[in-house]
Amino acid sequence: MNILGLSAFYHDSAAALIRDGEIIACAQEERFTRRKNDPAFPRHATRYCLQQAGIGLDAVDYVVFYDKPLLKFDRILQTHLALAPRTLPAFVRSMPVWLKEKLFQKRLIRERLAELGGPLPPLLFAAHHAAHAASAFYPSPYPEAAVLCLDGVGEWATTSAWHGHGHRLTPLWQQDFPHSLGLLYSAFTAYCGFRVNSGEYKLMGLAPYGEPRHVQRILDELIDLKDDGSFRLDLNYFDFAGTRRMTTERFHRLFGGPPREPEGELQQHHMDIAASIQAVTEEIVHRLATTLHRETGLDHLCLAGGVALNCVANGKLRTQGPYRDIWIQPAAGDAGGALGAALLAWHHHLDRPRHPSQPDAMQGALLGPEYDTDTIETTLRQAGARYRRLDPDALDHTVAEALDQGRVVGWFQGRAEFGPRALGNRSILGDPRPPEMQSRINLKIKFRESFRPFAPAVLAEHQAEWFEMERPSPYMLFVSPLKAQHLRPLPQQARGLDKLRHPRSPVAAVTHVDGSARLQSVHPQTHPRFHRLIQAFHRRSGCPMVVNTSFNIRGEPIVLTPRDALRCFARTDMDLLAIGDFLVDKRDQPPELAQRLDAPPPPPEPEHPPLPEATPKRLRQFALSTAAAVVLLFGLLIPWLTAHPIPLWLIAAAGAWALWGLLLPTSLTPLYHGWLRFGLLMGRITTPVILTVVYCLLVTPLGWLRRALGHDPMERRRDPQAASYRRPSPPLSGMDKPF
Amino acid sequence: MWELIKDLWDFARSHKRYWLLPLLLVLLLLGALLVIGPGSALAPFVYTLF
Repeated sequence: MNILGLSAFYHDSAAALIRDGEIIACAQEERFTRRKNDPAFPRHATRYCLQQAGIGLDAVDYVVFYDKPLLKFDRILQTHLALAPRTLPAFVRSMPVWLKEKLFQKRLIRERLAELGGPLPPLLFAAHHAAHAASAFYPSPYPEAAVLCLDGVGEWATTSAWHGHGHRLTPLWQQDFPHSLGLLYSAFTAYCGFRVNSGEYKLMGLAPYGEPRHVQRILDELIDLKDDGSFRLDLNYFDFAGTRRMTTERFHRLFGGPPREPEGELQQHHMDIAASIQAVTEEIVHRLATTLHRETGLDHLCLAGGVALNCVANGKLRTQGPYRDIWIQPAAGDAGGALGAALLAWHHHLDRPRHPSQPDAMQGALLGPEYDTDTIETTLRQAGARYRRLDPDALDHTVAEALDQGRVVGWFQGRAEFGPRALGNRSILGDPRPPEMQSRINLKIKFRESFRPFAPAVLAEHQAEWFEMERPSPYMLFVSPLKAQHLRPLPQQARGLDKLRHPRSPVAAVTHVDGSARLQSVHPQTHPRFHRLIQAFHRRSGCPMVVNTSFNIRGEPIVLTPRDALRCFARTDMDLLAIGDFLVDKRDQPPELAQRLDAPPPPPEPEHPPLPEATPKRLRQFALSTAAAVVLLFGLLIPWLTAHPIPLWLIAAAGAWALWGLLLPTSLTPLYHGWLRFGLLMGRITTPVILTVVYCLLVTPLGWLRRALGHDPMERRRDPQAASYRRPSPPLSGMDKPF
Repeated sequence: MWELIKDLWDFARSHKRYWLLPLLLVLLLLGALLVIGPGSALAPFVYTLF
């Protein structure tokens, strides 16, 4: 049985295909369209998944969407009702999209799938956090585990706890919007001048440069944190519940100034704020996980949701306990929801058993497209690149030699990774030892901020010699301190970005200023090719790890195709490209290679749907319908209302117009398009006016009435006496309804 | 559209959101206008009525 999981329409769309519970293929749409975090329907990713499985849509038994759109709409309406009248701008801005598209998601999904051909399979819906929980538990190696999902928001839940046992997932408790750890972190991300939904990593990377001097202020003013990890946000400081802004003027006053401009100077103040919110996040995650452990008594924890990509918090939770071990879904964000939705349908909806496998069922997260030797060579030849073909051992040896010489290598092999991390198949590699390697790759190859650290990909059998964390970290989701014997002290006077100038270890490029590293352990069983390469480097250099960063430049998705890789290689200061069996050396390339590969930027999404084609049938309908409307409106209705005689000349003119359209339809084409454009213009003017009227006459009074009756879906009231803000989760709902 | 109306009704019943129905109804009518409006020759007439 084949099940297709989809995530779409918000950010990071993806498709996943499972067959009889086994994961066959997963991919994010952004990799194909080259639009970072592309929210569009995952047409390309779906096509790839079907192709990888060798089937058409007719062989898919169920399609599962990763969220319940009507529950999300309920949350959005209730937010407006609770906060009216101050959410008017957000209401006017967001409602047209909901009323035109998002409410009709069933139809939209079916239409998009129909474009892929074949009869449409039944459509199911997984609740957002259920999809996250399924993505965390079902592929994990544990027969039984506690599951914790932490993200910005799905439908209502922002935090949810589950008990996974066999093929059953039982919801335990949750915390709802707007009290969200993900949104709290995102609010600080925006305040520090980084983009919400993609800049959170940067804030995490910035934290070790600062001092957590605002922790108490955050705990005193912004959140009421209970011992069990549940909390209430003070919405006087946050604007994300109803508007597009994340923080209020009061927030800015509390932290001594307005938000940093996106490319503005990074000051010590921003680093201290980053360090503070990171510390608070770690504390909340630790308390929530400890509560779940205390209540379930389970030794293993599975994590998913965007917050589970905070590898610093993950590393500390793993080190400090209380769990024996933790497994995290490598695509912990919304892309992973596509996989979770499909797995939930198989195990929960269809009640099929589960057989946990070791080390897990994710196949190293190498679930994306692969390109054969012929395709790669054709790409290289057509682009006019000069290349050599080598056997795998010789290629590994040559790349290891180049790395040892301080050269930076683009490494493109096998199936693409699923999730935000490049794990050694679409990676840029370097020698971690030279102190200047970090800034060189950051500034000349990735074109990104110099403070951002790189991750080491280390031979699993040598991990314990270098890192405090001895357990596997195959997906780069845990940060671990280096062993003390490898660490060099940081001068006491070093502050802020100045810390970058002091190498903290012999592998400086992968050691963050606090002496930690975002570890990827590379195992011969799950990642034999990458393991062999690092072994070759180790034999030459004595160093069992390489710098591993994603194969892309700032603001672009990770490369997918050989052409993407060659283009990225040609446009940057990368020295060598190892792509399949081929080696491309920058020194051998013609100077015009980059221009030849320059691709036009992806076309922007059209603001409005294109005008319909002017077929004779449409033009006749246009003439008849406008004539009828003129007669009804101006010839009959208005004269009747104003007690004027029926204007016969107008009716005659309308008749002539209709006759013209019937006899010479194509001559109306310019008028037809002009009229439609006029209609669109009127819609742009009228729609906000109508929405404002609806908001003022219906939403606001209804909201006031609800509040007067004591209803507050935002649960803003703090209760110092309460032990917890958690609430029991409802039972897992059926999957055949979009709510 | 009928499928959506049925889903919204089932949702209101199962989640005890009957009080939300008037607002949903108005928004649905508005949605119909927004969906039918663009690309239709009648759009300028319909918008004029408002």
